[in-house]
Amino acid sequence: MLSKKMDGYESILAIEKLSKWFPITNAWNRKVGNLKAIDGVSLTVKKGEIIGVVGESGCGKSTLGKTIMGIHHPTSGSINFEGREVAGLSPFQSRQLRKRLQYTYQDPGSSLDPRWKIGRSLDEPLKIHTSLPREERHTRVREILEAVNLPESHLQLYPHEISGGQQRRVGLARILTLHPSLVILDEPTSGLDVSVQATILKLFLDLKKKFDLTYVFISHDLSVVRMMCDRLAVMYLGRIVEFGPTEEVFNSPRHPYTQSLLSAIPQIGGKRVTEHFWLEGEPPDPSRLPSGCSFRTRCPFQDRACELEVPGLVNNVGYRWDACVHSQKNLV
Amino acid sequence: MLESTKFIISKLSRDRTSLVGAFLLIALVLIAIFAPVLAPYPEDVTEFHPPERLFGPSMLHFFGTDRMGSDIFSRMLFGARITIAIAVIAVGVSVLVGVPIGLIAGYNRSWISDGLMRISDIFLAVPQIILAIAIAQTLGPSIENVILALSATYWPFWARLVYAETRSALTETYVEASIALGASPFRVMVFHVLPNISSSIIVRTTIGMGGTILTAAALGFLGLGPPAPSPEWGRTIAESREFLPEAWWYATAPGVAIFLVVMGFNLFGDGLRDILDPRTRRSNDG
Repeated sequence: MLSKKMDGYESILAIEKLSKWFPITNAWNRKVGNLKAIDGVSLTVKKGEIIGVVGESGCGKSTLGKTIMGIHHPTSGSINFEGREVAGLSPFQSRQLRKRLQYTYQDPGSSLDPRWKIGRSLDEPLKIHTSLPREERHTRVREILEAVNLPESHLQLYPHEISGGQQRRVGLARILTLHPSLVILDEPTSGLDVSVQATILKLFLDLKKKFDLTYVFISHDLSVVRMMCDRLAVMYLGRIVEFGPTEEVFNSPRHPYTQSLLSAIPQIGGKRVTEHFWLEGEPPDPSRLPSGCSFRTRCPFQDRACELEVPGLVNNVGYRWDACVHSQKNLV
Repeated sequence: MLESTKFIISKLSRDRTSLVGAFLLIALVLIAIFAPVLAPYPEDVTEFHPPERLFGPSMLHFFGTDRMGSDIFSRMLFGARITIAIAVIAVGVSVLVGVPIGLIAGYNRSWISDGLMRISDIFLAVPQIILAIAIAQTLGPSIENVILALSATYWPFWARLVYAETRSALTETYVEASIALGASPFRVMVFHVLPNISSSIIVRTTIGMGGTILTAAALGFLGLGPPAPSPEWGRTIAESREFLPEAWWYATAPGVAIFLVVMGFNLFGDGLRDILDPRTRRSNDG
């Protein structure tokens, strides 16, 4: 669907109508409904690009990342990674695949075993996936450690003995030891102060060049996304509502949700936030979505047309897609 | 791991009650090892001297003599060996059986998990002592059968504990991260889950030792333990009944011995729990 305009680029990851529904059960363990964490998401990632996924908390960003990664089993849809279908693979097959496809956790501190020294945590992926002798594994761990700018002495420390920024680097180092091709970065800057954020972001770019990586950059920090990403997917309640080159999306957002989200970025010397910001209240309960467009309950442009059907993601202008009844009509 | 061992020892040495517990346990082990040296009449474990039967405590016989005229003090020292052997082997077997079952049942989410847990429920449904009596009675009185009966009834406690701890460890991000990295179930269970739940297993094992010793003494008392003339403590108490209350020393010596050892394990276990498992910290230490 989105691959039409992929001229001259090799796609590394293609997701087609991917859904992940979590069953909601009552006190007797009977299924009473579904929480649609991701609902029919399609997305194509080109080799070497940084693709941003943004949205409010709870819109399904992390679930998307984890489903691609295979931590969650998709309810339906297909995930094609490097030309192979990976949705619903056997545990053994997906283990082989995970060498090339990696995920970094939102909270890198808790993703490291508290009883393991950093050195052992970094060694683990190599031990699982390679049959290298101890000496060679050591050399590789040291190389990676140097690439993420950590001193070798850190190998002897426990996760709680290093800072948040350093934990982030260790988390990154841990997955890079396997030389993956695609890395899903889940909120990679959350919990870091601004100066550390800048160093970490620069490190991401350096590593991308050095190891020839492709990133899926999941974040709710719009200014970071604008700086880092080539293309941007805006998610709302499990669906992508707008997709396109980052600069174009930032300069002329087409979906009302994107418009509102972008006006929420505080700017020094810019317009006052409140003037164009009308996104109020919480998103509806994802287990009881409104009919039609799920954004209509918070949208100022809503009318009868919005209630009738779920708007699909449509390619309206150039390389841009959006899912709003009104933006589609306007262009016809 | 070395640093944490040091840390535990330094913490324990500052806790008076667990020091008392540790002291009692060390004393028990030393007594068991050096029983032949410490005992004034080591041959009395098997030899009888009927003319000297039921002598009261004196400088010759610290705890008096029993119905066969043997020195009770010497017999108690040798009884420590039996007690340690029963407790260590029975608990060891329970841990070796219960922990893997709990791990597998906790990690697995299919019918295997339910099956294993229902089996352990069946064992837990029957009061432990009754089940142990039934098993020991069927197999006949001997040390091996007491150990077998205790192991067969004790493993579900570890299975239950490890099952619950494994289920909660699996929700930790580092476990998910390792699975996402491609770690095999075996690797996750043995290298990530097990070390992180080891403290509760250690605590349960220490306290479980005390309970096992009590149950073993009860089996001995009922005549299901090692047969005469074994100096087993529970059996000695049973023998002493017909001579109470005149020969008060006869029952007192093994009674105090059992009490001290069980208390030693419990105090030490409580101290360990306070250090390893802060969630259940005793309320009195601030």
